Amino acid sequence: MDDLYNDLIMEHSMNSPYKKDLKCCNMCAMGHNPNCGDELKLEIKLSDDKKIIEDMAFSGHGCAISQASASIMIETLIGKTVEEAKEIIKTYIAMIKREITDENQLKMIEDAIAFKNISNMPARVKCALLAWHTLEDMLEESKK
Amino acid sequence: MLSDEIIKDFPVIMHNDIAYLDSAATSQKPQSVIDVEKEYYETINSNPHRGAYSLSIEATKAYEEAREKVAKFINAENPFQIIFSKNATESLNLIAYSYGLTNVEQDDEIVLSIMEHHSNLVPWQFVAKSKNAKLNYMYINENFELSDEEIEKKITSKTKIVGITYVSNVTGTVNDVKKIIRIAHSKGAVVVLDASQAISHIKVDVQNLDADFVVFSGHKMYAPMGVGILYGKKNLLEKMNPFLMGGDMIEYVYEQDTTFAKLPSKFEAGTQNVGAVIGLSKAIDYIESIGYDKIQEIEHELIDYAMIELKKLDFIELYITPNLENHSGVISFNIKKIHPHDVASILDSNGVCVRSGNHCAQPLMRFLNIDSTCRISFAIYNTKSDIDRLVEALKKTYDKFKQYIK
Ligand SMILES: Cc1ncc(COP(=O)(O)O)c(C=O)c1O
Ligand SMILES: [Zn+2]
Repeated sequence: MDDLYNDLIMEHSMNSPYKKDLKCCNMCAMGHNPNCGDELKLEIKLSDDKKIIEDMAFSGHGCAISQASASIMIETLIGKTVEEAKEIIKTYIAMIKREITDENQLKMIEDAIAFKNISNMPARVKCALLAWHTLEDMLEESKK
Repeated sequence: MLSDEIIKDFPVIMHNDIAYLDSAATSQKPQSVIDVEKEYYETINSNPHRGAYSLSIEATKAYEEAREKVAKFINAENPFQIIFSKNATESLNLIAYSYGLTNVEQDDEIVLSIMEHHSNLVPWQFVAKSKNAKLNYMYINENFELSDEEIEKKITSKTKIVGITYVSNVTGTVNDVKKIIRIAHSKGAVVVLDASQAISHIKVDVQNLDADFVVFSGHKMYAPMGVGILYGKKNLLEKMNPFLMGGDMIEYVYEQDTTFAKLPSKFEAGTQNVGAVIGLSKAIDYIESIGYDKIQEIEHELIDYAMIELKKLDFIELYITPNLENHSGVISFNIKKIHPHDVASILDSNGVCVRSGNHCAQPLMRFLNIDSTCRISFAIYNTKSDIDRLVEALKKTYDKFKQYIK
């Protein structure tokens, strides 16, 4: 369980390059997890045709798991199309819920696979999902 | 040593290789309590007050004897001033609905301490909003204590209700509730005393305190989950409307009207948790067999030791009064720059059970300008080795994180 707090997760949680404000973003949303007090603000800049995630950033405060999962999510999704991003989000959430365990299927989520064992710590699942659920809702909204 | 003997009474402590430092959330149960609840279901289970047969009479007797036991335990004038509920939260809601809504008017004041648990806060917000009354707070000083000036300033002649916790579930501050009650009474206010965090550590004597209402939960005092206690002064309880309505709390029911039963039945609608009530009675026996003097001796020694050891860790921030004589049960702390939930997770993987979060006291957290804390809390089955284990695990946690702290 200790090994969840590995180098990758610790670096992203304590010293994330994506923890900043975007100068020009088209979408912004807050997510929070009352259990833990985690509060995140996600900002996205989409391409003009709204098909590609050009840039993304987060701010706010919370536990290492919520911070690292936001940061790793952003690293994974910058440059992806919105459609690809939705697929990756779905796969990540399914991994956390243990619905997908096959490593091959999980390749698309890249470094976010580091959270695979979070289901061993049920108290922290919400932290690992916060940024992802927030983004999922934002992308749904963007269609409207 | 006595504490080795005590540990043997608690199966969860005996059979798990953990340092259980979360008794403020719920205490572990001694075998005698577990056994008596089981025995109730194996021998005399039946619905009290309902059957005209000997089994039900026995269940009724056991249930009412438990009420008498609780009354003696907190020195209530009469057993019928003890109302059984589901937990402290329900007891507080009962008071808010049945007393608060009828005795608070527009522009009256309700005064709470900033240390209150949400259970003794949210219901009063509801009453204040419903009646257009003011909700005012007594704030703590740099020692996490309520000063006399603050108490005297906030409780005014407009104050109708004062809600105060005996012991804070975050800072462990023991409030001078006797003084607060005296001041409140001098202004004509009624006091709702939340003894949830006191009852397993401090002798509560409702007559000595002159308390109007006192609430606590059984599960924080070695009893099963599912039973809460409400004590009220006779004249107050008698004047109050029922809270929940239905079976067992009535006298006569007509198509359009009902007359209600006398105390305590008036406030005990529906089938109660008889097994838990009988367990509560056994838990009182257990506490009394050890005695509050001994309990305090054990727990003070643990807290003194914990404070010495925690103060040696320069990465720890403590939220506790320096006046340890005004303190009981819980110690809140943070590791600088590390979120308490991460601390709790890593402690957990080292077999140390602590709570992290806002401890159902968000206004207090906001007042202290923090999001959350880690909290350890003690009961009579804890030992110095639990604290040693905690301290080792805290060092490990900090070592793991510190290389990344920039
Ligand atoms: C001071 C205080 N009051 C009230 C409560 C609520 O107790 P329960 O959840 O048993 O109703 C608690 C429990 O955490 C508490 O610590
Ligand atoms: Zn979290």
